[in-house]
Amino acid sequence: MSASIRPPVLEVKELKTHFHTQDGTVHAVNGVSFDVHEGELLGVVGESGSGKSVTMMSLLRLIPMPPGEIVQGEANFDDKDLLQLDPEDLRQVRGGEVGFIFQDPMTSLNPVLTIGRQLTEPLLLHTELDKKGAKERAKELLDMVGIPDAGSRLKAYPHELSGGMRQRVMIAIALACSPGVLIADEPTTALDVTIQAQIVAIVKDLRERLGTAVVWITHDLGVIAGLADRVIVMYGGRIVEEAPVRELYASPAHPYTVGLLASLPRLDQKGQELVSIPGQPPSLYAEPTSCSFAPRCTYAFDRCLQEVPELVEVSPGHRTACFWDLENERPRA
Amino acid sequence: MTETQDSIESETGSVDTREVILSVRNLKKHFPIMKGVFRRQVGAVRAVDDISFDIRRGETLGLVGESGCGKSTTGRVILQLDHATEGNVFFEGQDLTELKGEALRSVRPRAQMIFQDPHACLNPRMTVSSIVGEPLREHSKMGPVERRGRIEELLTIVGLDPSHANRYPHEFSGGQRQRIGIARAIALNPDFIVADEPIAALDVSIQAQVVNLLEELQESLGLTYLFISHDLSMVRHIADRVAVMYLGHIVELTDVERLYDQPKHPYTQALLSAVPVPDPRAEDIRERTILEGDLPSPSNPPPGCVFNTRCPIAQQQCSSQVPEWRDLGDDHWVACHFAE
Repeated sequence: MSASIRPPVLEVKELKTHFHTQDGTVHAVNGVSFDVHEGELLGVVGESGSGKSVTMMSLLRLIPMPPGEIVQGEANFDDKDLLQLDPEDLRQVRGGEVGFIFQDPMTSLNPVLTIGRQLTEPLLLHTELDKKGAKERAKELLDMVGIPDAGSRLKAYPHELSGGMRQRVMIAIALACSPGVLIADEPTTALDVTIQAQIVAIVKDLRERLGTAVVWITHDLGVIAGLADRVIVMYGGRIVEEAPVRELYASPAHPYTVGLLASLPRLDQKGQELVSIPGQPPSLYAEPTSCSFAPRCTYAFDRCLQEVPELVEVSPGHRTACFWDLENERPRA
Repeated sequence: MTETQDSIESETGSVDTREVILSVRNLKKHFPIMKGVFRRQVGAVRAVDDISFDIRRGETLGLVGESGCGKSTTGRVILQLDHATEGNVFFEGQDLTELKGEALRSVRPRAQMIFQDPHACLNPRMTVSSIVGEPLREHSKMGPVERRGRIEELLTIVGLDPSHANRYPHEFSGGQRQRIGIARAIALNPDFIVADEPIAALDVSIQAQVVNLLEELQESLGLTYLFISHDLSMVRHIADRVAVMYLGHIVELTDVERLYDQPKHPYTQALLSAVPVPDPRAEDIRERTILEGDLPSPSNPPPGCVFNTRCPIAQQQCSSQVPEWRDLGDDHWVACHFAE
C-alpha cells in the first residue's frame, strides 16, 4: 500500500510494439502505460501472447529488430527516456541500472563460461571494481542468493548446477550492480514448486534488504498473490486491469480477471466447479478497434465492439479497461 | 488368475468395493547408463523403483510429483510403451508385461494415452480426420463411410467443428490440438486412459476448458483415468485418489480429501505448502516448509528413505532403513518411519 505513494522509478507511456512478419504485422503491445514505484513489487499477469514479456523487453530494446519495431512510447527512467538512448548509454542501463532475469536459466547463461566469469563481467563493465574486487563481490553475491560454498562455485560451469541453482546465479548477476529496477520474466516457470518456493523466498528477502523495485512477469496468479504489492493484468497487448494485490483478488473489476480467477482450481478448497473462459485468445494481426476480450466476454454489449476501452479508475489505485460496471451491473457512464 | 486377484485384494486391504481395473505390482523401470567403446553398462537411472498401486473402475487416480520423479515413466510402462524392468501390470486381471505382438495389440484399444505436448504428439502432415481416424483404421473393421461418421461424431464430442476435419494440426490453437488428441484417445471406446500432463502446455483460461471436457467424458463414457500432473491444485480438483511420487517411489497414496487435508509424509507436506494459492489473504497466513537443496540424482539415490537428504524430520535410521509401505488405516498408505 505504502509503495504506491513513493515516487515512480520507471514511467512507461503509450508503448506500442509491432512485429513485421511474413503473415502480416503482429500488434504485440498496443498502447501500454504504467509506473513502477520505488521499492515495490509489481506483478504483471497475462497468458501467452498477452504482450507481457514483449512490453518489458521493449523497454531495454531486447526484442529482435527487425522484425520487431517499437512504434511509439516513452520509458522514463532516472531522467532519461530509455527508448531514445544511444547504444552506448543503453549498455550502461542494461545489467547496470536495470537488471533482467529470464525464464529459462539454462539458455540465458553462457554454457562455455564459468559462473564466476559471467558474474564478474557486469561488475567490471558497470562498476569501478578491479578484477580482485569483482571476484570478492561475486562471492558475496552468490552467498546472498543462498548458494552454498560460493568460493568454489565460481569456477563451476552452468551445466554443473541444477535448475534452481542456475536461477539463483541469474538473480545474483541481475543484482550485481545494485539496479534500481529488476525485471524478472517468468523466473520460476521452468522450476518445480519446491524450488519455486526457494526462489520466491530469496526474492522476498532480497527485496526487503536491498529495496530494489521488482517487476515480476508471470502467468501464474498464485505466485503473484503472495509476492506482489500491485498487479497489472494484460490481455491482447493491453493493460485491462491494474490494482493493489488484495483488491484485485477480492474485487476484480474486469471480466477477464474475474474469468481467470474462476478458472483456477485452488489447493485449499475442494470440489468447486471450474468455470472456463469460452473461446480462444485474440489474433493480433490487426490494430485493435474494439475490446479484444469482447468475443469471449459474457457481459459484452454493442459499445464493446465499437471502441477500445481505456483504463478508468474504479477506486484509488484500481483501474480497469471495461465499459461494463460489474459492481452495479450496468454500462459505465 | 483368481488367486493373484485375491492376493492383491488382501495385500492392499482396499475398503472401496469398486472393481480394480488396473493393478501395478512392484513395478521397476531402470534405464541403463552405457559407457565406453563397448557400451558396457556402468549404472542405471532408477526412474521407477518398486511401486505398487491399484486403480478402480471409474475413478481418477492423480499421480503427482516434481520433474524427474518418474511419474511419466510410470504411465508409459503401464501402457507398455516402455518395457518394465521388473514387476507386473494387471489390466483386468491380465498381466500386460507378459503380452507380446498380437496379444498386446488386441489390448491396446482398451487402454489409451493423452500426451502432454499437443504440438509434438500430432503428425503435422496428417489431417485431423486421418489423425482421429487412424486408430479406427488400425483396430476396427469400419468402412470408410462409417469411419467418416464416427470421426465427425468424435470431433463433436470433444467440442470441435466437424467441418474442420480436413484441416492440419497447425491450423488449431493449443487447446484445440489437445482436443484432437483427446478425440484420438477415445476413438476406440477405451476403458482406461493415461493422461500425461494433458494441460501443462496450455494457457490458464484454456486449461479449465480441457479439464472440464475430460470430466464430462469420464461421466458419459465411464472412463478410468490415471491423471499425471505436477499441478497439485488441478489434481485436487479432478482426482478421487492421489499418489505422490518422489525419486521413483510412491511416498503417499490416499483419497484426495485426506491427502490435502492431512498429508502424512513430510514430502507431501512440504510439496503442498510450496504451492501458491491465488488469494493474497490466504497467502499471508500460510506457513511454508521450504525444502533445502535439490532432488538427488535417480542414478544414485540415497540409501534408506529416498527423501532423507531433504527431509526436515529425518533421523539416523532414515538413511539406513528403507521405510515400509504401510496403511495407517482408512486406506491411507505412506512410506515413512515416523508418519502416524
